[in-house]
Amino acid sequence: MRTLSPRNRELLNLIAVGMLTGLGFTSVYIARSEVVSPESLTYAVFFLLVYLIAHVVTRLTVPYADPYLLPMAGLLTAIGLTEIYRLNPDDAFRQGLWVVIGVALFSVTLVTLRHDYRRLESYKYVIGLVALVLLVLPALPVVGREIRGARLWVEIGPFRFQPGEFAKILLIVFLAGYLREKREVLAQGRLKDFGPLLLIWGGAMAVLVQTNDLGSGLLYFGIFLGMLYVATARIVFVVGGMALFLAGAAFVYQVIPRVQDRVMIWLDPWPYADDESYQLVQSLFAIAFGGFGGTGLGRGTFTTTAGTNLIPDLNTDFIYAALAHELGLAGIAAVLLVYMLVVARGFRVAMLAQDGFSKLLAAGLTFGFALQTFIIVGGVLRLIPLTGITLPFVSYGGSSLLANFVLLALLLLVSNRAVAPRD
Amino acid sequence: MNAQISRLAVFALVLLGALILATTYWQAWAAPGLANRKENAIQVVAQFTIERGKIYAADGKTVLATNRARQVNGRTLYFRRYPTRGLAAHVVGYSTQVRSRAGIEQSMNDFLTGSNENLSTVVDTNVDRLLGRHVVGNDLILTLNARGQRVALQALGRRCGSVVAIEPSTGRVLVMANSPTYDLNLIETNYPSILRTRAECPEAAPLLNRATQGRYVPGSTFKVVTAAAALESGKYTMETRKNDPGYCVEYGRRVNNYDTTSPFGSVTLFQAIQYSINSYFCEIGKDLGPGPIVQEMKDFGFYSLPPLETPEDERRASGLYKNGRMFEPKDSSEVDPGRLAFGQSELQVTPEQMAMVAAAVANRGVVMQPFVVERVVGSDGKTVTRTRRHALGRTMSAGNALALAGAMEAVVRAGTGTAAQISGIRVAGKTGTAETGREGLNQTAFIAFAPVEAPRVAIAVMLENQRGTGGSTAAPIAKQVLQALLQGP
Repeated sequence: MRTLSPRNRELLNLIAVGMLTGLGFTSVYIARSEVVSPESLTYAVFFLLVYLIAHVVTRLTVPYADPYLLPMAGLLTAIGLTEIYRLNPDDAFRQGLWVVIGVALFSVTLVTLRHDYRRLESYKYVIGLVALVLLVLPALPVVGREIRGARLWVEIGPFRFQPGEFAKILLIVFLAGYLREKREVLAQGRLKDFGPLLLIWGGAMAVLVQTNDLGSGLLYFGIFLGMLYVATARIVFVVGGMALFLAGAAFVYQVIPRVQDRVMIWLDPWPYADDESYQLVQSLFAIAFGGFGGTGLGRGTFTTTAGTNLIPDLNTDFIYAALAHELGLAGIAAVLLVYMLVVARGFRVAMLAQDGFSKLLAAGLTFGFALQTFIIVGGVLRLIPLTGITLPFVSYGGSSLLANFVLLALLLLVSNRAVAPRD
Repeated sequence: MNAQISRLAVFALVLLGALILATTYWQAWAAPGLANRKENAIQVVAQFTIERGKIYAADGKTVLATNRARQVNGRTLYFRRYPTRGLAAHVVGYSTQVRSRAGIEQSMNDFLTGSNENLSTVVDTNVDRLLGRHVVGNDLILTLNARGQRVALQALGRRCGSVVAIEPSTGRVLVMANSPTYDLNLIETNYPSILRTRAECPEAAPLLNRATQGRYVPGSTFKVVTAAAALESGKYTMETRKNDPGYCVEYGRRVNNYDTTSPFGSVTLFQAIQYSINSYFCEIGKDLGPGPIVQEMKDFGFYSLPPLETPEDERRASGLYKNGRMFEPKDSSEVDPGRLAFGQSELQVTPEQMAMVAAAVANRGVVMQPFVVERVVGSDGKTVTRTRRHALGRTMSAGNALALAGAMEAVVRAGTGTAAQISGIRVAGKTGTAETGREGLNQTAFIAFAPVEAPRVAIAVMLENQRGTGGSTAAPIAKQVLQALLQGP
């Protein structure tokens, strides 16, 4: 029996994902209008086509890459798109456009870097600098925008985006290059080598203060510590780093009332259920209401009897609650398992990679993906204080989706190189 | 570096695994607690996705509560409608967005929403969910007689008061009508208009279920309880004679008859009941002391919440009250037994309790537990559960009950309650008139049952702010309702 080539396997998986998407949309459609019509399948067919294009690009550029990453990303995007469609069809249309642009960016990344992505290593300082600029952008007066208390946005003309999402990936590229170069000296633990790292710590703290948001700071710094550990194998650095972060967080807690609120409603949301913790508490109610089997796609309760929304930001920060409500424990656990599979495959790519830069890059990207998922979902589930970041591939929002497509492309590039036959 | 990568991978997967555990906690472990929290906006809305069961009167046709479907954001929500408005408002209660629930709508919510634990309902509900159908609750069929309710409300008119009729042999509540009543639909649409209701009493209190939580002084209707205690003590028969000087001296103070100008002289217990002679009962009270009378009250159901399917906080126990709190006298120092004996002490009773007294006499001394929900019917038309009759206990021997019934028949035939006579039907009753302390205004009462030879209805009528006596005000209402229930349309 001939084993399937990775790309054929990817194709079969994508077709399965396409069918699942069709089922999802059909069920939402039935729930909304009590009829099935060809219209309900338009999204699914369109969606499958877009991913088939992505597949053709992977065939041409990274033929040996991991065959599961793209279909699983497709599955997560489909789940997100279905739920967004269910919540607000107009948003789903925009999100659909973002998927198209995302796949385009994915293809551009693959095509540009198909020969050797390791070129990036030589531009690491430029990349690091660009990342810093992107991070600072929202704080600048003219272009920066503060939305619901978090200063994470840049607005230029009609376009609005979160540069932090891209800065995250650039930072990982920079760290992979920098740590690959310095890992031996860093492992010796001499203080003077830590200058740039303390700078990064300072940067993470600055981001934290400037964005008014614990989540992004925790994410950047967590990625940094994870990669530092992979590079140096010194757990003491991680512990020290965490102590530094906690010290910084404690300081931020003292000076920023918003952070104090977040911690307060995390410790005990019930006394503030009508105001500060309304969103969190209602989201917990929504999750609990789902029970084991969920209400079914399209059958959940997200509006009052008058038709106004019960939970603000349901399709971005709280999309996990919407999914848990409609899919139930059985469904949402499956979604989390998909995330775990992506993470497992990502780390596998890192293990198989031949060189330090590739290993650090793949491990950093994967860990960032996992940590971001943990921070937002953990916040919604009251495991940690709630912070407003997006759920990768699922939340509504262009910046996040585009950045994650780039992340996916980079992982596929590393994967392709790791298993491609040497010539 | 692979060792570090695999450790980092394990760490990342543990983080994500923790999310599965946390989700399990909220969806399985914490879910029931969260569902019951009052802040839960989803539960409030979700209630309206359920097609609540309908509520019918005893005929199974008169609809007391139904639903109106409305499309909101592409989904169907069900809002309550009450076609018969105020006909049985206090029993049915309401289920609305703004004021949550009351009455049967509150206490039977689990059945009405199909969330009761009954196996077939559970299966139906889950099949409905799996098939994506909306949940349909169970229907309720009440024991209330729609015609009886209507006649009772008409007879009460603008007066404040209550009528309760019970089937003595089963405890079925046939009529529970309060005046003033209110249109259940207005709870949602115009609540202030309900509060503006006026009637012929200082406090109209239209939302109050007077039948189960009103505070009435029973007056002479309570003599039925005292007479039962006297007969059960073995010291008295219907023929026991006492002299009536027109008053009774207790603690050196005179307790007058209703009319002191014409003392009856030597009278029997039978006559004392027939003509409602206070001095006779005052002597019984002094003779027995409060102990046996309070014991007899408890046998009739006093001192505990009147049993019914309505919510507990919509019912109130009958008994002796001091400073708003119920108390049980240990001896004569705590209560005036003579006044207690003819119902003028600090007694506060509900019309339902007095109907139970009449029903117990009618049912040969055995008091049945009153109920208002006849059966619960699934959406497939099958009966889910049926209320079983349940004897609360024996209040007196069958012989004593028959003797008491005879005296009560004399009340209607040629005593204080002649206004309740129905041609061709033997009616037994007892009047009651209690002064309110305000000049010329009484609380009046009449309890009765009929037909005497095989009682089918026991009734209590209690009125506030009346210028007449129980015989002239309450007895005619009892007559009309009895006729409606016994003679049909």
